[in-house]
Amino acid sequence: MLQIKDVYASVEEKDILKGISLSVNAGEVHAIMGPNGAGKSTLASIIAGKEEFELTKGHITIDGEDITELDAEERAHKGVFLSFQYPVEIPGVSVTNFIKTAINENRKAKGLKDMPASEMLKKIKEKADLLEIDRKFLSRSLNVGFSGGEKKRNEIFQMAMLEPKLAILDETDSGLDIDALKVVANGVNKLKNKDNAVIVITHYQRLLDYIVPDFVHVIMDGKIVKSGTKQLAYELEEKGYDWIKEELV
Amino acid sequence: MSKYTEDDLKKELETKEYEYGFYTDLESETFPIGLNEDIVRAISKKKQEPQWMTQWRLDAFKVWKSMQEPQWANVNYKKPDFQAIAYYSAPKAVDPNKTLDDVDPELLAMYKKLGISVDEQKKMNNVAIDIVVDSVSVATTFKKTLSEKGIIFMSISEAIKEHPELVKKYLGTVVPTKDNFYASLNSAVFSDGSFCYIPKGVRCPMELSTYFRINQAGTGQFERTLLIADQGSYVSYLEGCTAPSRDENQLHAAVVELIALDDAEIKYSTVQNWYPGSAEGKGGVYNFVTKRGLCERNAKISWTQVETGSAVTWKYPSCILKGDNSIGEFYSIAVTNNYQQADTGTKMIHLGKNTRSTIISKGISAGKSQNSYRGLVKINASAENARNFSQCDSLLMGNECGAHTFPYIEVKNKTAKIEHEATTSKIGEDQIFYCNQRGIDTEKAIALVVNGFSKEVLNKLPMEFAVEAQKLLEISLEGSVG
Ligand SMILES: Nc1ncnc2c1ncn2[C@@H]1O[C@H](COP(=O)(O)OP(=O)(O)OP(=O)(O)O)[C@@H](O)[C@H]1O
Ligand SMILES: [Mg+2]
Repeated sequence: MLQIKDVYASVEEKDILKGISLSVNAGEVHAIMGPNGAGKSTLASIIAGKEEFELTKGHITIDGEDITELDAEERAHKGVFLSFQYPVEIPGVSVTNFIKTAINENRKAKGLKDMPASEMLKKIKEKADLLEIDRKFLSRSLNVGFSGGEKKRNEIFQMAMLEPKLAILDETDSGLDIDALKVVANGVNKLKNKDNAVIVITHYQRLLDYIVPDFVHVIMDGKIVKSGTKQLAYELEEKGYDWIKEELV
Repeated sequence: MSKYTEDDLKKELETKEYEYGFYTDLESETFPIGLNEDIVRAISKKKQEPQWMTQWRLDAFKVWKSMQEPQWANVNYKKPDFQAIAYYSAPKAVDPNKTLDDVDPELLAMYKKLGISVDEQKKMNNVAIDIVVDSVSVATTFKKTLSEKGIIFMSISEAIKEHPELVKKYLGTVVPTKDNFYASLNSAVFSDGSFCYIPKGVRCPMELSTYFRINQAGTGQFERTLLIADQGSYVSYLEGCTAPSRDENQLHAAVVELIALDDAEIKYSTVQNWYPGSAEGKGGVYNFVTKRGLCERNAKISWTQVETGSAVTWKYPSCILKGDNSIGEFYSIAVTNNYQQADTGTKMIHLGKNTRSTIISKGISAGKSQNSYRGLVKINASAENARNFSQCDSLLMGNECGAHTFPYIEVKNKTAKIEHEATTSKIGEDQIFYCNQRGIDTEKAIALVVNGFSKEVLNKLPMEFAVEAQKLLEISLEGSVG
């Protein structure tokens, strides 16, 4: 589904990604780990199409179509979803209004009419229940005054509403307490099927006990330096990253 | 060189008039440019006004002559030449040969976005309507309902003739003829406007002027409004139109006076969308408005405004809280884009005991525009336990615009409680990207952020107006980022 071929990217003249290749098939879960500042969020942003980042070399395709020239919203319309490491506040815009707008804009791109209000309400109720989100929460301004955990849960709520083909979860586990982690992971697992794929970016093996990856990749200094199975995550938890560095030299 | 004759003058005037787009009976309908006592008299005569009204205008003119244009506002513009303006022009007539095809396509595109019906579009552009539609019967039922309740709602010219006792009693009591330069000018030369009286204890059953607002769009550059809510009555009044107005008059100086007697309530909502000038800052309307309301005991006046038009705006809808327990409110959204300049805000003058006021001002600046909030909260010695809450938020788009706040507070009574909050924020790239990532394009994302920012004020508008105003905000800011 997703093909990343030898991607180099920079921001403000600074090279951050230095030749990343990754292939994700439908039905798979990939985990990406790596030290702070390695380029994990940058990779997520490059896939999602953030303009600040310049793709200097390489290609990204989804279902065989090159998306490197597409705007962020066009990629979203193709089913790319990013759960942000740092979700953004929009004062005065309720969670409900925001997701309603997002859904209808996605439908518009597909030539569909707005979702009927009754269907929208039903869907919101269903997904809020799945993620154990209080109805009152939905009328609050998007991310304004949300706790760290609430922000992350709200990201996954949006994912559940939009039903993306490719979901990238950037440190969705950080800030979640153990119960919340289970709820969110359970939500992700419920949405998982043979036609979509998930990339989870995390520092902790714990999340991977709940969202079980098919592959684990380690990014260091803008490159994927090691790939393996879930076993690799245990090793990293135990030994840190130094041994990989040593292996490299 | 041959002598400049009377005929030459006449010809020149004719071409001038043609330029300004009048079609009927040119000679008798338009006055020569310039302002003097004779012109003031002529306006009054043209309108068949009684002697007292003529005198009132002349007194105002005398005062005006001795006044200077105010300089304190944070706006920069070339001062109008008051002797180069024609002070009376008849309303534009329907041109039987004109069709919508003759109208600026850009304007038509905007109507479409605002969802304005074809008939309304025709009315606004003086295009004859072939089939007389519903609106006529709507207006008739509307008038009937009002008269059954004893509500008077008519043009101020009609009111001067039909209800002189009311006009005489209240005109100029809230905004005196000598109040300020533009108010004096308006008093001398006002063209027309609206008059409204709600009798004791009557709750006006509809938003006033909802059905008339398109027709009223052409009331001219010196509009005068007088609205009286008698004891215990209630009225919600809508002024203006979301549709863009391409008035060729550069200078607009309106006066609005509101009187809320004991226990009465007036809600006054405005959408101002005069021509803002080109994207390069050429042309556009100068809008210098004086709006003020007087509250007697337990009365309440709410001003709500959405200001998106005009090249220069100078406007401070105010409340004089004279009666004990009276309430004044001001909710405002002012949008400036390109080279627009707005200096707007309010004055809350607390005289009575337990008077309360609320000010919520939202300024949105884009392009190279300048947007200023200027507000005065004055608590007199007599105003025991007065309260005010003010909140002024500014939203900036891009790096070339400016937002300014000038809050003035004068407190002469120690029991007063005053709170003031102010914020300035910028639409961030991060906010836009977040929306983009969810499938929302940049234009829609800006609209979403702006609507969120303006929500507290939009919520104060009557429902149908709010929807239009929301669309108007989007259109006004189109193309301002990215
Ligand atoms: N807008 C930017 N301007 C300058 N440098 C940037 C910008 N965005 C990211 N960087 C730099 O790029 C590098 C990679 O950042 P990135 O956010 O991708 O790391 P990460 O692997 O997600 O780290 P973490 O685990 O801390 O989230 C860092 O050195 C960071 O400072
Ligand atoms: Mg990161």
